[in-house]
Amino acid sequence: MVNIKINGITVSVPEDSTVLEAARLANIRIPTLCYLKEINAIGSCRICVVEVKGAKTLVASCVHPVSEGMEVFTSTPEVLESRKQTLELILSDHDRRCLSCVKSNRCELQALASELGVDDEGAYDGEKTTHEIDFSTKHMYRDNNKCVVCRRCVAACDKLQSVGVLGTNDRGFVTKVGCAFDMDLDETACVSCGQCIVACPTGALSEVDNTHEIWAALADPTKHVVVQTAPSVRVTLGEEFGLPIGTNVQGRMAAALRRLGFDKVFDTDFAADLTIMEEATELLERVKHKGTLPMITSCSPGWVRFCEQFYPDMIPNLSTCKSPQQMFGAIVKSYYAEKTGISPKDIVVVSIMPCVAKKFELTRDDQAANNVPDVDISVSTRELGRMIRKAGIQFADLPDEEFDSPLGLGTGAGHIFGATGGVMEAALRTAVETLTGERLDALEFEQVRGTDGIKEASYSVAGLDVKVGIANGLGNARKLLDSVKSGEKQYHFIEIMACPGGCVNGGGQPVQFAEVRNFTDLKALRAKGLYDQDQTEELRRSHDNPDIKKLYEEYLGEPGGYKSHHLLHTSYKARNAY
Amino acid sequence: MAKKISQIPFKGTPEQEAELLRIIDAHAAARGELMPILQEAQDVYGYLPIEVQTIIAKRMGIPLEEVYGIVTFYTQFSLEPKGKYNIMVCLGTACYVRGAGEILERMKERLGIEAGGCTIDGKFSLEACRCIGACGLAPVLMVNEEVYGRLTVDDVDRIVAKYE
Repeated sequence: MVNIKINGITVSVPEDSTVLEAARLANIRIPTLCYLKEINAIGSCRICVVEVKGAKTLVASCVHPVSEGMEVFTSTPEVLESRKQTLELILSDHDRRCLSCVKSNRCELQALASELGVDDEGAYDGEKTTHEIDFSTKHMYRDNNKCVVCRRCVAACDKLQSVGVLGTNDRGFVTKVGCAFDMDLDETACVSCGQCIVACPTGALSEVDNTHEIWAALADPTKHVVVQTAPSVRVTLGEEFGLPIGTNVQGRMAAALRRLGFDKVFDTDFAADLTIMEEATELLERVKHKGTLPMITSCSPGWVRFCEQFYPDMIPNLSTCKSPQQMFGAIVKSYYAEKTGISPKDIVVVSIMPCVAKKFELTRDDQAANNVPDVDISVSTRELGRMIRKAGIQFADLPDEEFDSPLGLGTGAGHIFGATGGVMEAALRTAVETLTGERLDALEFEQVRGTDGIKEASYSVAGLDVKVGIANGLGNARKLLDSVKSGEKQYHFIEIMACPGGCVNGGGQPVQFAEVRNFTDLKALRAKGLYDQDQTEELRRSHDNPDIKKLYEEYLGEPGGYKSHHLLHTSYKARNAY
Repeated sequence: MAKKISQIPFKGTPEQEAELLRIIDAHAAARGELMPILQEAQDVYGYLPIEVQTIIAKRMGIPLEEVYGIVTFYTQFSLEPKGKYNIMVCLGTACYVRGAGEILERMKERLGIEAGGCTIDGKFSLEACRCIGACGLAPVLMVNEEVYGRLTVDDVDRIVAKYE
């Protein structure tokens, strides 16, 4: 520990602290812009400057280390004026049409302008850069006119995800974030995970907005519009309405969707249970018949695309199971359509996802089991938040309502799909009980839980040693896969989620300001909401789900059977990484 | 987006590629070695088009954007080949105060390319350069080794026509 003085108050802080962290321990919040904990500490934006006694100039607190006896001043007139001037200079080359910006009221730049008292955002107006907006992909757009070149997206793409399609090009005044040779994003190896979007402080990066298609479908009397909600959305949607991080709003979410006018409000957790039935069966088959191992999960479309581009030789390791989103759509347009007598052509399947890669996934090949797309429209948690606000629904005050039947029942195993290790745990619950023929006393597989980037465990099941590995975040996935390829590690089953922490921290989730991400464990708080719900459920095993049993009895036959393969499984193809 | 991929067809030979791979491997593929690799690659090809940058990125196992970001940061690297006739317009102080800026503008217009660019037929490339030591003749430009001095905007067409 070292002792330093912050604004005259003595504090004792760990010696590897930065001034920013030390100040936080002294309950002083220093504003930041480019800083993103662990991945972007470059001290480039100069918003977080402070005065350090004896230093010749103001220093960037996000990268300046503390030392014994240091005296720091965080809000002198010189400091405040410097921050304000820096912000005015940034704003001088910024598209300031805030009113129509998707990030308005949720923008870090706007919040800084308010906090620092910028009263003339055009103070340094002069030459401006202008950029064409990149609308090339299905999942997101890039508007460099709103970019402040903080490089947080670059760090997310490169350091978190090891994808590296975004970087800074050119130099000086014309420096910009872009792709190699200024290519459109869809010409690059972008995997569509959206981690850049949740890292962006402004409106420069955003999902493609598909809500207008939903409004149109809801207004069309000839369409039967059903909605499914991904496991993690129930513990993040509340953030769109100012509720504490990790609040489980499942009941209010169902109520809100009903009030938006969906004909049926279903749950992707049902399809998560279905995925487990298929995936556990596939795993046991592969083990029994010496198929390709390790088998790797295929729920995360960002991961699937990453595999196709960077590890095409491992495509045979990917489970052939469709993701829960796609399984759900395929079942709606077959089983449900037959049951209700509604033509699949008149059904619109909408999905609410923590993810922007889902927008891409539904357009993939081999995702239209009934000769119509399995899923028609996929929107992010953020887009649902916007729809609910637009409809004037007082979300926080809604009563808790239930999902509709028969595709609305998910077990605890389905809920935890939204957190890293959750799919693995759900699969283990089913696989172990299937192999041993006995009921487990404890359903918690603690070793596969938690937010570590890479986890592993081994279990002895019915005389078999089962080794499992888990990676979340594509940078970690790369490390894990390389250790498998080199022979250093051996697993039977691997779960990979493209986003760090899994879907709870997906690219389609509510955007939290960097200062929240820097000082709270967003991933753990959100995941806790799911594990808590699992703990209270009576049904916690996918194979116990009565509606899943009924689906197999009435319609599909056996897991991994002919009908399952037609509806619930898919194929992959190698894609170019350069 | 207006892509920055050279329109001039890439004419790299297998010998050049072998030399490039040798250069990359000689630098042991450590990240900090990208600069010397790029410099030597430009010596081999004369410029760093997408084909060359892709070979480097693949061999080093790094994203193409990482290579491109560095190439566009430093003015010593070029995305376009040199033309048969490389025109350098001096923007040194003496030339600049005597109107070299207008000469360069007229030249860009005449050739239909930006500074750093090359005409699609590979005939002319254009560069803005620093003082070439002929201040007494300001404003000056060079076409390959040939120096033209005391220029006016009207001289541009005449000079280009000589080489067409």
